[in-house]
Amino acid sequence: MEETPPEKTTQRLRPPIRNVGILSWIRANLFNGWFNTILSLVFAYVLFLTIPPFIEWAFINSNWVSTSEECKASSGACWSIVTANIRFILFGFYPHDLQWRPLLAVVILVLLLFYSQNRKHWAKSLAYAWAIGLFSMGLLLKGGLFGLVSVDSSNWGGLPLTLLLSVFGLTAAYPVGIILALGRQSNMPIIKSFCIIYIELIRGVPLISLLFMSSVVFPLFLPEGMSINPILRAQVAIIMFTAAYIAEVVRGGLQGVERGQYEAAESIGLNYFQSMRRIILPQALRIVIPPSVSILISAFKDTSLVVIIALYDLLKTTQTTLSDPKWMGYSSEAYIFVAMIYFVCCFFMSNYSRKLEKELDTDL
Amino acid sequence: MKQLTRVVPSVVAALCLSASIAMAGTLDDVKAKGFIQAGVNGDLFGFAKPDSKGVWKGLDVDTARAIAAAIFGDADKVKYTPLTAKTRFTALQSGEIDVLTRNATQTLSRDTSLGLNFAHVNFYDGQGFLIKKDLGVTSATQLDGASVCVLPGTTTEQNVADYFRVHKMTMNPVVIENTAELSKAFFAGRCDCMTSDASQLAGIRAVAPTPADYMLLPEIISKEPLAPAVRHGDDQWLDIVNYSVLALIAAEEMGITSENIDEMLKSTDPKILRFLGVSPGNGESLGLDEKWAYNIIKQVGNYAEVFERNVGAQTPLKIERGLNALWNNGGLMYSPPFK
Repeated sequence: MEETPPEKTTQRLRPPIRNVGILSWIRANLFNGWFNTILSLVFAYVLFLTIPPFIEWAFINSNWVSTSEECKASSGACWSIVTANIRFILFGFYPHDLQWRPLLAVVILVLLLFYSQNRKHWAKSLAYAWAIGLFSMGLLLKGGLFGLVSVDSSNWGGLPLTLLLSVFGLTAAYPVGIILALGRQSNMPIIKSFCIIYIELIRGVPLISLLFMSSVVFPLFLPEGMSINPILRAQVAIIMFTAAYIAEVVRGGLQGVERGQYEAAESIGLNYFQSMRRIILPQALRIVIPPSVSILISAFKDTSLVVIIALYDLLKTTQTTLSDPKWMGYSSEAYIFVAMIYFVCCFFMSNYSRKLEKELDTDL
Repeated sequence: MKQLTRVVPSVVAALCLSASIAMAGTLDDVKAKGFIQAGVNGDLFGFAKPDSKGVWKGLDVDTARAIAAAIFGDADKVKYTPLTAKTRFTALQSGEIDVLTRNATQTLSRDTSLGLNFAHVNFYDGQGFLIKKDLGVTSATQLDGASVCVLPGTTTEQNVADYFRVHKMTMNPVVIENTAELSKAFFAGRCDCMTSDASQLAGIRAVAPTPADYMLLPEIISKEPLAPAVRHGDDQWLDIVNYSVLALIAAEEMGITSENIDEMLKSTDPKILRFLGVSPGNGESLGLDEKWAYNIIKQVGNYAEVFERNVGAQTPLKIERGLNALWNNGGLMYSPPFK
């Protein structure tokens, strides 16, 4: 009883070429009106003018491993400034034949960060892993135990220093910031006023002046012969500074949690710490993930300000390379390289924050 | 508040006083530490800059190495603190460094109100102008209305403004923070001329895309005697730094180099024997080992060697001796007798 379809009543036609595929997309999005058409044409022309010369400069005529004389002879980019000085750019003054140690330390740190990225791995064992990881990083950098030659911290520099200052700075600043935010909300007048004064005072001055104070003013008040490690001084200044900003962001989150949540927590008999720990903070911190990550990203980039107290972070080691007459003219290449490193780190942070936001989005 | 304004200065004064008492014996402190802490530039090729392996190189670095060689008999016992133009004097005052060898110009106000003492000059410099030849300018007095590339916050910026005012000319300063960027801007044609210490301009000209297109104008508009500095109030330490620099010059005068020094030990010239500590006396007076000068020349070289190695004709800077030649070659380098 099969019904044969009526023949030739309808014909299957392909849609007109201008309504499907890439052409229709271009038509619908780039040329859907005289104004957009002009804009598209102008931009296409600008891209045509800039992109091919850039590619030619960066990839086709470029030198990757050569001397500075060969670079001078060619018209393209001189990436050799990076390859020839890579070890100084990445590790600064760290003794040349011991540079596998900071390299290994950075690898451990990156592996730990990647592993911790997955929330399924958040357990007690991860805390132990971090403790062991941080200890071995410290041991690798500092040495002095298990037959490793001791390296003075004044020789640390480059990428390990940047990562050290940021990772420790950010992880220490976050809890301090939360405590300050809670303190500012507190009913106890002394704690409240202390927190307000601290936050407003620190937010009122630029980081560069805090760093400057820590390196120029502070030592004048120490007894002669006593000096505090400059890395530690910079680290404390960064933590103090970032914490004040985190505190204000977290306070916004605390105010964003509905009054009913506070009352509900009280009504089931939780004390202050329990209600904060179990009810309020988890919600408040979730709300403020995007702004806190922007602060963390800007704090990460701010670590490059430590150059003014003569610490050789990644940016400073690169600039030092540029003052060599051999490589003086190739600052664009060197800065592009450093910008890539900073970009990868910052992109990783912002991507992760979006992922975390999505995972934690429980639609309250 | 009133009380506070009274208390704070006296506390600061007390701290400074206790600090200056403790500072009395820099030599003892340094010997106890086992190294000298030297403040250096960090970004100035030829004077103080780490190479691609992170090893410090330069004329100022070698000056610090000479001091370490004099004290410890080992030129490597130096720790370098890179300092900016702004932090250099504070670092010395606060005792963070023992000696400042950071191409600092000796001036009256630095010598007096900043509480510093300068040892013998290790490089005579002066401020000049670098121009592009096709500008058609042959003298700095023709630079009226020129745009001038200059580093901010240095005596350089002041000097050039003074020079233009004195000669009733106008200028447009183009101010950029670091030397590499500044020279890039100059080569790209963003300014008509560039001004800095003549030693730096020579280096910048050397790395120009086409060095032959650029020239230094004959005018040197300022005096920049660059000298190591120490804190006021420790004369023994000042003597050691001073005579470490002078030993480099004296060795060149006497023809002693790091190569021939061991033969010189057998010399019959009493001057040389006294200098090298074969006939004792000098070391004891300074509170150092009798071989102090021998160690300096053996490990660092004499002034000519130091100069040629770091800034001389074989380096990209290609600076001529000029004022830095010995007095008997038309320069200013002159050492008192070592006796």
